[in-house]
Amino acid sequence: MNDTQIPDLETTDVVKNFGATVAVDQVNFEVKKGAFFSILGPSGCGKTTLMRMIAGFEGPSSGDILIRGSSVIDVPPNRRPVNMVFQHLALFPMMNVAKNIGYGLRRRGISGKEIDRAVDAVLERVGLPGMGPRKIDQLSGGQKQRIAIARCLILEPTLLLLDEPLGALDLKLREQMKIELKQLQAEIGTTFLYITHDQSEALVMSDQVAVMNHGRFEQVATPQELYYRPNTSFVAGFVGDANRWSGKVETVSGDELRLHGQGGVAIVATAVGGISVGMDVEIFVRPESVFISRAEAEIAEFDNKIEGAVDSLLFDGGRSSALISVAGDDRDISVALPQTGQFSNLQAGEKVYLGWQADQTRCFAANNVGS
Amino acid sequence: MTEIGSSDLGATPAKLPTSVRRQPGVARLWFYLLLLPPVLWLGLLIILPHIQLFILSLKEKVAPRVYTYGLDNYIGFFNEPLYWMTLLRTATISILATALTLVIAFPVAYYIAKMLRGRTKNLIFVLALLPFWVSELVRTLGWIMLLRETGIISNTLLSLGLIPERVELLGNDAAIITGLVYTSMLFMVVPLINSLDSLDDSLIEAAYDLGGKGVAILREIIIPHAMPGIVAGSIVVFMLTLGNIVTPAFLGGKNSIWFTDQIYQKFIVRFNWEQGSAFGFLLLITSSLVVWLGLKLTRQSLAKTIT
Repeated sequence: MNDTQIPDLETTDVVKNFGATVAVDQVNFEVKKGAFFSILGPSGCGKTTLMRMIAGFEGPSSGDILIRGSSVIDVPPNRRPVNMVFQHLALFPMMNVAKNIGYGLRRRGISGKEIDRAVDAVLERVGLPGMGPRKIDQLSGGQKQRIAIARCLILEPTLLLLDEPLGALDLKLREQMKIELKQLQAEIGTTFLYITHDQSEALVMSDQVAVMNHGRFEQVATPQELYYRPNTSFVAGFVGDANRWSGKVETVSGDELRLHGQGGVAIVATAVGGISVGMDVEIFVRPESVFISRAEAEIAEFDNKIEGAVDSLLFDGGRSSALISVAGDDRDISVALPQTGQFSNLQAGEKVYLGWQADQTRCFAANNVGS
Repeated sequence: MTEIGSSDLGATPAKLPTSVRRQPGVARLWFYLLLLPPVLWLGLLIILPHIQLFILSLKEKVAPRVYTYGLDNYIGFFNEPLYWMTLLRTATISILATALTLVIAFPVAYYIAKMLRGRTKNLIFVLALLPFWVSELVRTLGWIMLLRETGIISNTLLSLGLIPERVELLGNDAAIITGLVYTSMLFMVVPLINSLDSLDDSLIEAAYDLGGKGVAILREIIIPHAMPGIVAGSIVVFMLTLGNIVTPAFLGGKNSIWFTDQIYQKFIVRFNWEQGSAFGFLLLITSSLVVWLGLKLTRQSLAKTIT
């Protein structure tokens, strides 16, 4: 096996128990060199515990963690080739920027002049040249962010762990930092392991995303795959918006299912996992997968066709949508409005036709809902 | 639209009830009223008596009921080695006791503030405070029970066969320091816990993550953060130790006189209030000087300690 084939990080059957609760349950995954890997999950799903085990602050109850192919279970955090950007950044307020960044090199016993050079170089790289003498409380949120990353990068870690570092920033800055982080990672090529509960952060930045729930990985895939081909109902519900029905399967032919939703709406859907006739299922359709039209003829080609009336319009610029009420279903269907202009004059109460394809209608067995 | 808005704005203050528009004079009256108690306290109980003492310290008795003013009482202090050496010894032992208190209190405070959580933390904290519900006098007597020749420690060592005969552990500097450290513990532990409590755990983890080890993290992260608590605790402990009278009197012997004892002797035994006042001022000057030096050496300021 040559060097490039060894993953930077690999976990095998990692379990962490806190008393009777299982925080992390049989997690297996690997992160390839140079990848931007995200772990996405709701709070309390065990993602922070998993990251703390990789950093070395917690030991797994069982299982193994390998960095570049060698186990680090017995290696303390200060000797692991892994550095962490903390949730609240944890910059040392008693030191200036240069001292903060140089901290790790000082601990390695490197000479002062070399440290100064390295600090200047890394400040340049994160786009903050000459900021060395500044105090921490003189920095803006975005600058602190970059200093915290620089403080880790100067040590040239195999793996950089980021624990929801954008959580404390306001929305606008967060959007900007998302792009900056992705660009920075692409430039320096360090492997990033990023933890977040914000699906947009995970989807925008990552090469690979693991969706975590109740201590387990539900699915590990590229952002596109997660979004368009979720494997479990949890992933379908957690990543992106979705219209959600529950129902009972009536006929099965291959992957194609026919069923009635709880309100009596007839639906043609694609089965994910083994589904048989009579099973209770959950059906997910993305708002942007639903075609909306004022003419019945335009929806003729779709597998699912339905007629409804506009209940309310939710204007949100490019992400505007409409809630359509349909006969026989007490819940409205959310539909993304195309931004080409033909729906700019849509009114509440107007009659519309909706259509969507069976392959964009994902159906999961209902017993794993919310599991 | 704008007209309505502006006229509205203009009208608002006039509509407010008169009580809301507080007169500047009333606000000032409140300020002085609130200032009164501390001013009275400082003035009547601290500044006035000190002025009196200061005047007293400059008086010289030339004949019965005949006084002149001069620095004789102060000069007398420097001319008699017993006096200034006692003060020097008192200050040195106080500094030593303060340092020792800090060294012992720091791990205790760190353990309570950082290692414990929830109910255990409160319990241990209260346990640390518990001895201070008993008066200092009684606690010092407790040490006598332990340290005297027929005391618990001496007897235990003897019965274990570790010493050939009973030992007297009282009446020396070590006994005084032990008592002083014990008496001062609380005043060091509380400010230390306060300052360590506010230290974010992730700072310690970050330092560890970036390659730091125990001692380096203590020196570069924990101690700088706890500095205000260390300074506050040290000042309080030093002042209390320097001005302590019970502990040195009970635990020290004939050869370990505390400077407060000298002052007591002057006032009560010799009835020489003039020199006693001078000694009091010399003690005040010494403690202020040591605190000032300590602040300079650690590059701290009193203002930083309070905030």
